[in-house]
Amino acid sequence: MDQFIQLILAGLATGAIYALAAIGFTLVWQTSQTINFAQGEFVMLPAILVLMAVKFLNAPLPVAVLLATGMFLLIFGLGFKTYLVDPMAKHGVLPLAIATMALSILMKEGAKDGFSAEAQQFPSLVPEGVVRLFGATLSLRDIAIFLVAVVAILALQFFVTRTRTGRMMQATAQNPTVAKILGIPTERMILLTFAINAGLAVLASFLISPVYLAKFSNGEVIGTAAFIAAIVGGFNQVRGALVGGFIVGLVDNLAAAYVSSAYRAAVPLALLVLVILFKPEGLLGSKEERTV
Amino acid sequence: MSRASIFSRIDANLATILIGAAILWFAPAGLKSYGLYVISFWLVMSIAAMGLNLTLGYAGLKSLAQAAFLGIGAYATALITAKGGIAGATWSWPLAFVVSGTLTFLAGVVLGFPALRVKFHYLAFVTLAFATLMFLIFRNEQWLTGGVYGFSNIPRPTLFGAKLNNDLAFFRFVLIVSVLLSLAMWWMLRSPWGRAFQALRENPLRAASLGVNLRNYTLLAFAIGSAYGGLAGALYAPLVEFIDPAPFAVSASFVLLLTVVVGGQGYFLGPFLGAAFSYVLPEVLRFTGGLYLLVYAAMVLILLLISPQGIIGIVEKFRERRRQKDAQDQRDASKAMLGA
Repeated sequence: MDQFIQLILAGLATGAIYALAAIGFTLVWQTSQTINFAQGEFVMLPAILVLMAVKFLNAPLPVAVLLATGMFLLIFGLGFKTYLVDPMAKHGVLPLAIATMALSILMKEGAKDGFSAEAQQFPSLVPEGVVRLFGATLSLRDIAIFLVAVVAILALQFFVTRTRTGRMMQATAQNPTVAKILGIPTERMILLTFAINAGLAVLASFLISPVYLAKFSNGEVIGTAAFIAAIVGGFNQVRGALVGGFIVGLVDNLAAAYVSSAYRAAVPLALLVLVILFKPEGLLGSKEERTV
Repeated sequence: MSRASIFSRIDANLATILIGAAILWFAPAGLKSYGLYVISFWLVMSIAAMGLNLTLGYAGLKSLAQAAFLGIGAYATALITAKGGIAGATWSWPLAFVVSGTLTFLAGVVLGFPALRVKFHYLAFVTLAFATLMFLIFRNEQWLTGGVYGFSNIPRPTLFGAKLNNDLAFFRFVLIVSVLLSLAMWWMLRSPWGRAFQALRENPLRAASLGVNLRNYTLLAFAIGSAYGGLAGALYAPLVEFIDPAPFAVSASFVLLLTVVVGGQGYFLGPFLGAAFSYVLPEVLRFTGGLYLLVYAAMVLILLLISPQGIIGIVEKFRERRRQKDAQDQRDASKAMLGA
């Protein structure tokens, strides 16, 4: 039982990270019909950039973090939208999706060749240590990850539903034409979603890298998990991505312990197929009549 | 009958395949075994890409499992032909070829049926799950596949009593099979089936209203496309003579999808160009050391930004411009005549 509680809590911590990545994924999909196959690499890269700044520029850690964050937001928020998504969007969903696949290879190989093929230590912002709760041992780190991610998601939810800019963003996602007629600067709103996506990726990266170490290939696991989380939860809902992230995190951790470590990667995918078969719009998703 | 009409009657794609095959038959006479291996590899991957091009380019279905189908074919062939073969030296490979095609065709039907029932683009997710599962099976079921250590000593096929151990002979064998499969695909695309596949992609609603059974035809397109992956696998195993799970991972399926789009989805010759880009270019870029994937990915990005329709898209754009220029010239000429 203790082990079970422990697994649940560790699963929630991993799930919170998946949720961060999945939310960015759905936001970008909603506003610009971009399926970002490089989403996992988006989470992998910021930590690598920090380590690169420390190594090559001898920057102290806080400066390196700021530098990496700024650079990442600029290149993979603004640059990604302006130089990749905008020119390709008019040619349909597929060429753009393929281009993001190429981008993911580029980022992965870039991190490997430009920095290191080995997993690197990433400094943790939270001290090591454990807390005992209901007889289970919890690492402080897992708790911190969970709290930070949940606070970030709640703040985002507040921003999207309660502020003027957030509502303008939602309107842009739901009906770009009408939004434009109402005088909403839709282009700027779409750009904002890309910036938020990049920001969430940075946050996820800094949270997960102390646990799993910073490695160029981290994106594969995270990307697939975020993808599954987004579909399981409901592709057109931020709430859905949140729930999907937690479910995938839990299923992943429980499968590793109770099913078999050799086939753990297949379990979340089995969940995905079940959801597609029985509730294709996702657990929290609403039916969409538009065919993409 | 004028010359122009005779030429327009000969299909350009068919002509390219036949002329290309004739050139390839004689061209590699001077090549060493490495060169032959690279060209054979290119042909094998072109077959796999051709199948995916049917699924994606003609029927508009996204499959993320083509490398898994390639793997099924390769492992089936390895199991059937290794250790003297289960049907004797002569018949083992033909048997393996048929089994590979049948297995992957059936896998396509079983995968496609539930996915296409729901929504067409959900096929992508189901195939992604399938590709992951197949990779795990290749890696974990050591008693069957050899696991991470792989499966070695896969023999080259024996044909009419002659063992194709010689690299040139085996290359020509691969070439013959590739040409036959290309001709089958060419015939299929011109048949009512092929027209129906294209109708599905262009306008499913209208296709349905014209009496095309949407689900059956999409299922068929996906299953045949998958079967081409399996048939390519039947050539892949004896070509490389050693297989392990790595070339059939999910990322390999992504690269195959990339290959089709880079070549030009929905164009008959697209897969051959795409496969040259994805599988021959890395060999050329070998001098860059470990950087070749980086260079490859950057080139794909730039190519797609220039021409989302792939390499053939550039050619088409060029031809279209020339056609317009010719028309303009003719207009100018006739204007001058009328003015005179």
